[in-house]
Amino acid sequence: MIAAIVLNGFRVLRRDRGALVLSFILPVAFFSIFAMIFGGMGDNGTPRVSVLVVDEDGSTASERLVQALLQEPSLNASTHPKEKKGAPADYTAASAEAAVKRGDAPAALVIPKGFGAHPIAMGPGGDRTPIRLLHDSSDPVAAQMVAGILQKVVMTSMSGAMAKMGMQYFEKASGGLTAQQRESIEAAMARPNAGRQSAPASGDGFIALDVRDVVGEKNKHSMIAFYAAGIGVMFLLFTASAAGGALLEEAESGALDRILSARVSMTTLLAGKMAYSALLASAQLTLMFVWGAAVFHLDLWHHVPGFLVMTAATSFAVAAFGMVLASVSHTRAQQGAISTLIILTMSAIGGSMFPRYFMPAAMQKVGLLTLNAWAIDGYTKVFWRDEPILHLAPQVGVLMGAGITLFLIARRFARRWEYS
Amino acid sequence: MNPLSIDAVVKRFGDLTAVAGVSLEVRERSCLGLLGPNGAGKSTLIRSIAGRVLPDSGSIRVFGEAAGSAAARAELGWVPQELALYPLLTCRENLEAFGRYQGLRGKGLHEGIAWCLEWAALADRAGDMVKTLSGGMRRRLNMAAGLVHRPRMVLLDEPTVGVDPQSRNRIFEMVEALRGQGTTVIYTTHYMEEAERLCDTIAIIDHGQVIAEGAQEALVARAFGSRSDVLMRFAAVVENAAAWAAARGGTMENGVAHFAVDKPTDIGPLLDAAVRDGLEVIDVVLRRPNLESVFLQLTGRELRQ
Repeated sequence: MIAAIVLNGFRVLRRDRGALVLSFILPVAFFSIFAMIFGGMGDNGTPRVSVLVVDEDGSTASERLVQALLQEPSLNASTHPKEKKGAPADYTAASAEAAVKRGDAPAALVIPKGFGAHPIAMGPGGDRTPIRLLHDSSDPVAAQMVAGILQKVVMTSMSGAMAKMGMQYFEKASGGLTAQQRESIEAAMARPNAGRQSAPASGDGFIALDVRDVVGEKNKHSMIAFYAAGIGVMFLLFTASAAGGALLEEAESGALDRILSARVSMTTLLAGKMAYSALLASAQLTLMFVWGAAVFHLDLWHHVPGFLVMTAATSFAVAAFGMVLASVSHTRAQQGAISTLIILTMSAIGGSMFPRYFMPAAMQKVGLLTLNAWAIDGYTKVFWRDEPILHLAPQVGVLMGAGITLFLIARRFARRWEYS
Repeated sequence: MNPLSIDAVVKRFGDLTAVAGVSLEVRERSCLGLLGPNGAGKSTLIRSIAGRVLPDSGSIRVFGEAAGSAAARAELGWVPQELALYPLLTCRENLEAFGRYQGLRGKGLHEGIAWCLEWAALADRAGDMVKTLSGGMRRRLNMAAGLVHRPRMVLLDEPTVGVDPQSRNRIFEMVEALRGQGTTVIYTTHYMEEAERLCDTIAIIDHGQVIAEGAQEALVARAFGSRSDVLMRFAAVVENAAAWAAARGGTMENGVAHFAVDKPTDIGPLLDAAVRDGLEVIDVVLRRPNLESVFLQLTGRELRQ
């Protein structure tokens, strides 16, 4: 009897494509996405952190440090923008800060004038000149990684200066070295790789750091905007999918036939459904952000124009996405399975579940194929970077373009409902 | 100008020919019954008239306009076989939605809804959600939703499917009221008694073709003349009964022998022959042939097979 029940279950499953997708394809797809994100897409190790480097000092020590930073495998360091034509000018402190604010890189290191005279010190205080670390706190990991890697780079690239400073400390503390001791130490310092030992890479390290958040310093609660956008867009996609699914219900009940036999064309019907879905999505996003403002002190009221622009573009795109899902599906069950698979995948790689800067560079680029990534980038520009509305042009353009394209695709597939 | 002119319409779905060269004319204020078994092509023909199916060949004109055109749609009300309603909307909201889809606004919409609620006897349930209505009420609302724009011609595609006898009678009354107001009605059914009660012209459809068309009496007279049906049932299954019936010009259908007689007194010789040949007759019925008999004679099958 139990065998009969099991057999029946598998027979039904075999013919239920939606259940098959949810049972087997979705878990494998998700496993693959997470493995690619956290497994470094096959190359072992942490993703490289982009950092801009500015050498205001121009000393031998600073140049050696810059070279070491450029060669450091954990960093993707650059001293100048990637221009397509000609030789680009090196970053200045101001242009590097602007680049961080634009989101070109999550951090910048500025080696100030006078650094070469006193590059390092043992312990806190001293007369060393601090390196300025300018960072974008929307990527909380990058600044800490750069600070730690900087200490490591100093240890490996400036071992001579470290040893010299250490000997000075020792002399001061011990009351002086004998001539033989001094000769022995200097001989050791002359040997290559001297001083390469483990040392703490903390705020009290050899390099003094002046860390400053140049993007979020005024927006202490703006990470809330990131989560509101990320989670909001994911649920928007589900809502748009459900709203589009109403079309399939109408097709199954015969209401669609009745509507199309009246004075409603397929294009009008799709446009109407999409308008409803977009308005619903706008209401959802507004609720999310108003809730964020009321409960989590999100600064919505100073960003209303940008919020409205991004909300309109995002809602338009997700509504069109819902129409496509409905028009390519033949049954509501099929649409549910396809939607779940696509939306969760898009949300995972598009940054709705965790920020894209956690992901390898290649994965971040793949994420740009999703509506989530463009929407989240736009909201981040509005709430995190305080950028003017005109700077939203790429995100709005992509979302509106995607919306129009998806609508046309939906219209094409909806031809099957027009006539028998 | 006739409300409906169908000329040599053909519609194929792959290898299946659903409508095979149908031509029909429907007069104004008349009720045409499309009578045929399931799968005969009735619904495909109705959907073609509504503009939802594009024929492969032939033409359909509604009040002189091409089927599916905006002008034709405005004159036509289509009630599909399915309950094409929004279950979470109220009766009034459903009528409002479909009225707006027909282009109604303001007073016209308000009046259309009021008329529909009255016609379907649902005025007291206007504010109730469809999902709370009985099956019969849903059927009536389904009909009303196709008529909210007060069309001059109505296509009713098996409107009594799945309803109880009481609700069926209510639907008959609704159709009769509609006819009383001068609306032209096309009514598809595979229930002979519905066609007999409601329609003044019948088109019998089988395998996508109109095999007979005309007034009910004319169809019967054409098929049977003045003859009547005799149905004869025997006490036990008799192996040679079919041969016995065939020898006397009859047929055996589901254990019942059918004969056509010119006058009622012709039953006597049939009964005498049965006794003589050892057949024990337990039931004899004399009846005037009806549409079912016509269909049986034309196709060799019963209407509901």
